[in-house]
Amino acid sequence: MSEYEKVLLKNVGKPNSRQLATYVEGGGYSGAKRALEQTPDDVIDVVKRANLRGRGGAGFPAGVKWSFLPKDREVTYLCVNADESEPPTFSNRVLMEEDPHQLLEGILIAGYATQATVAYLYMRAEFTEQYHIMQVALDEAYNAGYFGKNIQGSGYNLECYIHRGAGAYVCGEETGLIESLEGKRGWPRIKPPFPAIQGAFGKPTVVNNVETLANLPHIINRGADWFLGIGPEGSSGPKLFCISGAVKKPGCYEGAMDFSVRELIESDRFGGGMRNGLKVKAVMPGGISMGILTADELDMKMDFSDPAKYGLLGLGTASAIVIDDRTDIRKVLRNVARFFAHESCGQCTQCREGTSWMYKMTNRVERGLGRLQDIELLGEIPAKMGMMPGLSICGLSDGAAFAIRTIVEKFRSELEDYVRSENDDAVRIALEIAN
Amino acid sequence: MAWKAIDRVNAPTEESPSLSEPLKEKIRGFFDRYPTKRAVLIPALHMIQDDHGYVGWKAMEEVAELLEITPSDVFDTVSFYSHFWTHPKGEKVVMACRSISCDLLGADRVLDECKKVLGIGDHETTPDGKYSLMTEECLAACDHGPCLMINEKMHKCVDPANVRKILEDDANDKLDIPRSNLYDGANRTSA
Ligand SMILES: Cc1cc2nc3c(=O)[nH]c(=O)nc-3n(C[C@H](O)[C@H](O)[C@H](O)COP(=O)(O)O)c2cc1C
Ligand code: SF4
Ligand code: FES
Repeated sequence: MSEYEKVLLKNVGKPNSRQLATYVEGGGYSGAKRALEQTPDDVIDVVKRANLRGRGGAGFPAGVKWSFLPKDREVTYLCVNADESEPPTFSNRVLMEEDPHQLLEGILIAGYATQATVAYLYMRAEFTEQYHIMQVALDEAYNAGYFGKNIQGSGYNLECYIHRGAGAYVCGEETGLIESLEGKRGWPRIKPPFPAIQGAFGKPTVVNNVETLANLPHIINRGADWFLGIGPEGSSGPKLFCISGAVKKPGCYEGAMDFSVRELIESDRFGGGMRNGLKVKAVMPGGISMGILTADELDMKMDFSDPAKYGLLGLGTASAIVIDDRTDIRKVLRNVARFFAHESCGQCTQCREGTSWMYKMTNRVERGLGRLQDIELLGEIPAKMGMMPGLSICGLSDGAAFAIRTIVEKFRSELEDYVRSENDDAVRIALEIAN
Repeated sequence: MAWKAIDRVNAPTEESPSLSEPLKEKIRGFFDRYPTKRAVLIPALHMIQDDHGYVGWKAMEEVAELLEITPSDVFDTVSFYSHFWTHPKGEKVVMACRSISCDLLGADRVLDECKKVLGIGDHETTPDGKYSLMTEECLAACDHGPCLMINEKMHKCVDPANVRKILEDDANDKLDIPRSNLYDGANRTSA
């Protein structure tokens, strides 16, 4: 783990960090001004060179995404994804709560680079306080000429509106977000066409995460080489990590992507070690959709490439939930299964039925009414029911599959022991007969 | 289940309020933010719910007319989102997080205590119309679980022993930061 000087969170805790004057005093909006003096292609170029990978979960390079926009387009929309609903992720909340202008400056830079005319900041409904903070900051930024017509005398026009969601995890998926923006149910769209070609209102659209955009002012100010110098190749730049669960210091921390899950838990810079002498039983290091690690797998590096070596879907939101050794794994399994069953939008049969089916089984298992074949099926459904990459409209079903499959595979013997130990249970036998 | 909303199609049982002229004006004020009128629907529904406490049938019909879409388009959208309700709820809606971090920190005890203090179950409303209770998935404050949201206000690190005190506090749903009234209903009285 290298020495690290905070970039994204450097204003946290400063008095009046939400106010424009404070932000500008600390050098704020200088990146945007610098960007406005360059051509949009120059800005895209530096972001491409920095290899800024999306922080929303998929890790797709932002500059590359922007260059998919058709050259002859007339209208472009920028959608800023602040739907943040993946348990247990809260880094976008911290960014918006503590330093709203950093995000607004990022929006302005991304807007200019993509020549967007309108930016929509899509915030989940439960971000109530954060909505007021962002809207108040946006009003201030408009008054100071950072949004609207002829921004800072550059001739570039950008409107920015906050669009509030209404309670649906799947609206964080980029095409679900776009549908929701259009006033419809948040049903993800079949791709292609990708949003860059045909997104919001049928026009070329870029969707980027809050944290991705918060990086932009710093990349413009300090250059691509500075960014590439932080962290390992392929996982460069400042990154936020969330940690919650059985640690001493749950919270949102910043660092380079150059340390392990163990360090995230143990280091005084981050989690500060386990609470009350508890031991680690398991960690879901990237949000629940990415899958689980056992206590023997804590050497996994929190970067974009290492998670796959441990059977995980990816780095996800780099938000870890630390599960202690007193916790019944059945409780975790059931909670996770319930989440996906609750949030499946229902368009794809295997996701709608599969998630509900798995929830029913995990419920049974947790209540001590499980059967060995339930465990068997819980391993099998995610792997065989078509819930594999590319077979569903969106990534929610892949997330459900990885979450459940990794728990069942890695904690199989514990789950089976529970089920076996209940063999004599009268209720259980009654249930078997009834079935 | 997002595809199986709790408050779904029950024929209207109560007279539901109409959109006032100031509310309509407020909704029209959003027209130039989007290239289509339909896109104004979700902001409009927020304003309506803020004004009326829920999105009733009459309001759905009227907002359809205002946005030049059909009432079924409106209902299609309303029924998808867990934060729009088609029937009155309590003045204060208590949302208890039940996702993984809060769960492992004792969210079920907080929920049980809410049920006990309010005397109602999940998705129910107290007879005096003061409180409704619902469970929620992750509220993005997992470092401070268990979390309880009351209308706009988030309560963090909730100890079951304090639930009664929180619920009895009149100001338990009030934010104490500068606010924007852009999304508020036109007749909203509370700050
Ligand atoms: C079910 C699902 C939920 C998602 N939720 C979010 C979210 O809340 N926030 C987010 O930024 N990305 C979310 N994503 C990822 C987005 O689809 C998209 O990849 C991302 O917003 C792109 O931004 P980025 O390239 O800057 O990361 C979600 C994806 C899926 C499949
Ligand atoms: S995979 Fe699931 S959430 Fe995604 S579109 Fe299909 S049914 Fe909806
Ligand atoms: S799990 Fe409760 S706020 Fe995230």
